[in-house]
Amino acid sequence: MSKSFHFMGCWELREMLGRRAFDERELVDGIEEVPLECIYMHTHAHFLRHKYIAGPYPNDFATWAAIQVRDRVLGEKLAVLDPFEFVDLNAVRAELISLIDDHLRSMQTVPRVVFGEPFEFMQSRTLEVPTGIKVRTLAEFRDALAGGVDISVIYYHVIAARRHKNRRHGDFAGWLRHELGEEALATQIERLSPYGLSLEGIRGRLVAACDAALGKRTAGTVAT
Amino acid sequence: MTAAPVLDDYREVAPAGTVDFLRRLSERVRGRSCLHVSATTTASGVAEMLHRLVPLLEDAGVRASWQTLPADPPFAAAAKVLHGCLQGGDGHLDDEMLEAYREGTRRAARELLVDGDIVICHDPAVAGLVEVRPPEGVWVWRCHADVSQPQRRAWSFLRQFVVKYDAAIYSLPRFAQRLPIPQFLIYPAIDPLSDKNRELSATEIDATLERLRVPRDKAILLQVSRFNRFKDPLGVIEAYRIVKKREDCRLVLVGSGDSADPEGEALEAEVKEAASHDRDIHVLELEAEARVEVNALQRAATIVLQKSTREGFGLTVAEAMWKGKPVVGGFAGGITKQIIYDVTGYTVNSVEGAAFRIRQLLGDAALRDKIGRDAREFVRHNFLITRNLGDLLALMALLLRA
Repeated sequence: MSKSFHFMGCWELREMLGRRAFDERELVDGIEEVPLECIYMHTHAHFLRHKYIAGPYPNDFATWAAIQVRDRVLGEKLAVLDPFEFVDLNAVRAELISLIDDHLRSMQTVPRVVFGEPFEFMQSRTLEVPTGIKVRTLAEFRDALAGGVDISVIYYHVIAARRHKNRRHGDFAGWLRHELGEEALATQIERLSPYGLSLEGIRGRLVAACDAALGKRTAGTVAT
Repeated sequence: MTAAPVLDDYREVAPAGTVDFLRRLSERVRGRSCLHVSATTTASGVAEMLHRLVPLLEDAGVRASWQTLPADPPFAAAAKVLHGCLQGGDGHLDDEMLEAYREGTRRAARELLVDGDIVICHDPAVAGLVEVRPPEGVWVWRCHADVSQPQRRAWSFLRQFVVKYDAAIYSLPRFAQRLPIPQFLIYPAIDPLSDKNRELSATEIDATLERLRVPRDKAILLQVSRFNRFKDPLGVIEAYRIVKKREDCRLVLVGSGDSADPEGEALEAEVKEAASHDRDIHVLELEAEARVEVNALQRAATIVLQKSTREGFGLTVAEAMWKGKPVVGGFAGGITKQIIYDVTGYTVNSVEGAAFRIRQLLGDAALRDKIGRDAREFVRHNFLITRNLGDLLALMALLLRA
């Protein structure tokens, strides 16, 4: 008998650190000095604020540079950064600093907000919440994902899980592989990159992958 | 007022799974007490919000209650001036007023039983109560006002109270101040089941517009705002005039004079003067209670405008977006948090920019529909009262270490 999968969700509270950046130099100084939780909030936890629609840029730093400072070049450079490609948050921080420093070296003056809002450094205070929804089969898993679970479940198991060394590929793939023997589906889900998607977008991809796996099995059953 | 809805009533409107999830979240603080204290129970956005939120907290298992300050005219007058000065107004806060505030606070503390696992004091008028806080319980100051550019004396006075709280909550990051206590960000939210936002039948909408004498023979542009310079009603009229040269449409301006703005009356006269020469401009002065009327106008509108040059959060944007309307808003304050440019609406920086986006939207029904659909979903996930409830439950769990 396979072990059931228990969906966990979370709720994010945003805590302001009382530190602001009015120009890109202050931004990079802030990035260098704030706690890692703050880097996490503005990169990975960005997804929690884009549940339905992916933001115009995939992290808060890029969004601020492009929209509030109106420096599209830096916005684009920061947008390319995929936080899931880095081993840890220190590496994400180092890359951000390097990108902004390089950019500033090429500028005559330091771009700053004129009409827009300053960048506010914040950190997430996230509470884990058990949903009480448990599934045992792939069909149940698919149905719960498709409609029954709060969207924060996707964040918790796909995004937040990756912070932990033994959950680098999220929580779903391991369960599908080890408990249900769904090797191909597990591999497909491991390869799913959240970059540039909204949480609903990720949910859609997961459900489609499950549908494909379930469809193949049904087709196979009919054929035999 | 009709009975406030319960949590299950929101299943149809909140994102899938949200109500069950909120019930799970609430288990962490079930049976704990949460007392809200505000200045009044009527005539304010805070009161309107608490009327709906307190019953929802109770339904979620929290022992929620709400108290208001006893009537005290000298205190109320002083608190009003303090509030205005904190928002950067021109008022003068003298020593007599500060003493009236302190004395009013002491009197309120004697008359109220301010006690709870968590006590949330709303806005500057109530902030002083922290002076008499009991040793037990967590105290939170909830600031709804825009205190980003306060008069220095007013903030120095208020700060002595605020630092005695365990945490503060603001509606926008730029409202936050340098403080030694944790400061949280909680965006305001709309209630989709309130008279201002509930679904209306076509008959109700038609009847309401007929009563307000707004014909529906052409596209309607709408702005709902006080007549205040920062809401730029004259800029809206200018943008409408640019559009009108090419596209036949009506402009409806809903508002009232702003008693807090000395220029309010003059501005209102200017707006009326501008409108008097054009039968397609309608200036409607509606009472604060005319919620169904505003709802009907928003639903009848083709495009909703909020062309503010300075703005607090600007919840009228979320109200219109919830009704599936494309919004053209000024690049200011909370409007930029609600409108994702070119996805859930357009932010603009000039009269010409507003005119350009209005023309573009008037000429493209498919674009209006797409933006309207995405706008409604964005509000569903981010600006409904269910999210506000979740934030409060999470805050309780965090601060009470539950």
